[in-house]
Amino acid sequence: MIGRRPAIPWLFVAPALLVALVFSLGPFVNTVVLAFTNASTLGGGTFTGLDNFARLAEDQKFWHALGNTALYVLLCVPAMVVLPLLLALLVQKKIFAVGIFRALFYSPVVASMVVVGLIWSWLLSSDGLVNAALRGLNVISEPLPFLTDADLLLLSAVGVTVWKGLGYYMVVYLAALADVPREHHEAAQVDGAGLLRRFWSVTVPAIRPTMVLVATLSAVASAKVFAEIYVLSNGSAGPGGQAASIVYYIREAGLGLNGESGYASALSLVLFVATLGFSLLITRLNRQEDRS
Amino acid sequence: MTPTRERSPAPAPYRPPAHVTGRRLAGRFARYLLLLVVLVVLIGPFAWQLSTSLKGLTEDIFSYPPDLWPDEPTLRNYARAADTVPVWRYGLNSLAVALGSALSNCLFGAMAGYALARMRFRGSKMVFAAFLGTMIIPFEVIMVSVYLTSRSLGLVDTLLGVALPTAVTGLSVLLCRNGFRNLPMEVEEAAMLDGANEWQRFWRVAMPSVRGTLSVVAIFSFVFAWDDFLWPLIVLSSPDNYTLTVGIQYLSGTFTSDQRVIAAGTMIAVLPLLALFFALQKFFFRGVGEGAVKG
Repeated sequence: MIGRRPAIPWLFVAPALLVALVFSLGPFVNTVVLAFTNASTLGGGTFTGLDNFARLAEDQKFWHALGNTALYVLLCVPAMVVLPLLLALLVQKKIFAVGIFRALFYSPVVASMVVVGLIWSWLLSSDGLVNAALRGLNVISEPLPFLTDADLLLLSAVGVTVWKGLGYYMVVYLAALADVPREHHEAAQVDGAGLLRRFWSVTVPAIRPTMVLVATLSAVASAKVFAEIYVLSNGSAGPGGQAASIVYYIREAGLGLNGESGYASALSLVLFVATLGFSLLITRLNRQEDRS
Repeated sequence: MTPTRERSPAPAPYRPPAHVTGRRLAGRFARYLLLLVVLVVLIGPFAWQLSTSLKGLTEDIFSYPPDLWPDEPTLRNYARAADTVPVWRYGLNSLAVALGSALSNCLFGAMAGYALARMRFRGSKMVFAAFLGTMIIPFEVIMVSVYLTSRSLGLVDTLLGVALPTAVTGLSVLLCRNGFRNLPMEVEEAAMLDGANEWQRFWRVAMPSVRGTLSVVAIFSFVFAWDDFLWPLIVLSSPDNYTLTVGIQYLSGTFTSDQRVIAAGTMIAVLPLLALFFALQKFFFRGVGEGAVKG
């Protein structure tokens, strides 16, 4: 250990610390301050107390965006907890070529959300493959407005989020499944437990902490949804911006030539409290887990 | 990453009765069938996009049942995409931002991580807490203020402005710190006795030993920067400076509704990354393990 020249450690951490202060911690403090002012992107701004929050409580657009975001989280999280687990079980066994399948299943994770969004825009457009297939199967007679109806747009965006995220959480689950002691499965098998029974009473209890982790990670991620909605709707967030999420609304309100930095900062704090809540929930649940 | 199971040598080999092996065979068949179904769902859209990008102007791209093989594969759509927007320039912009981000995350992340792992100094706990703090602040929460900061620093509409906010992330520092902590102290102590100073110990002794961690940091920083959309969309204003993600959205949103051209643009943005991924898979998977648990 070194301690003779006290400046040296600081030289080592300086670049990283500078970036952290200038582009993360500083802006965070600034966001908190601005939330209580009427600042615009042009500058200025005076302290206005809780005005922004009073306005926010009355703002239909805010509540609508918050509702959309909450719905988004509610739809994404269960899908993200369950589907990648099933996928992981499918590729867990070391059978021929399974490594190739794992890698291929992961490839949507690597692609940018813009690429994925544009691919699905084409698949889901009125003359796209999904509508053609549904018509070919005589499920529908008119194409479904996946991208032009606000509700369907949100649902499509959820689908795209889940489609892109499956591989990521599959890998997270694979690591957890590898740690489930094999003896437990064997013991249950000797006791005559079938596949489903073993899944419920051996696998699920063993990987519950990972399920909570995945729920939290996907909740935080989907609370921040932006690119899916933006790309699928070509920047409009659906007719009249009705499919806007919180982040979409923050960007709309706070940036651009005459953005209201103050009001957008108040919106940002709401988002921060929500994501922080999800993160605290996990530590809480894990602690209960340890105690029981 | 992949679970390796020891095959314990069974003293008395258990021979399953015939109907059990039959069931096992059926189970394996069902598993491969399911794998193929999932493959079609997860890879099919990429394949369809690639196929669309290769189809000629006269070829019907709306036919049903769909035709995955282009009749006369052509690269003309890629040229048309490049005629409409400077897509190769966007590629270079993305490459510059992604490479710069990978390099700076590795170098500065490792420097900070090394100090936190190996040096005792007043305030080190606070520095560590600061990096952890950056990890619980989502970028989306502070983007309005980050924009204001970038503007006052004259970084708006520059590639440096795109790269700087994620030039060293808390996660990179943390991963490097853990990497250094897992090294045995002896080698560095020997170097210290040989009169090597801090920088020499860091650069010549410690850095080469954490190559695995550095690869993970480099790859994740590169992919994140290459794929990022929201921040470049905010900070860049002139189309010449766009990165690929903003550029192909611009191409599809403003200039063309020809799916062949849009498909060509998306392929330009995604194929290099997919190649990188298939070449360096193990680091991607390792990174998920380390990033998910600690992030």
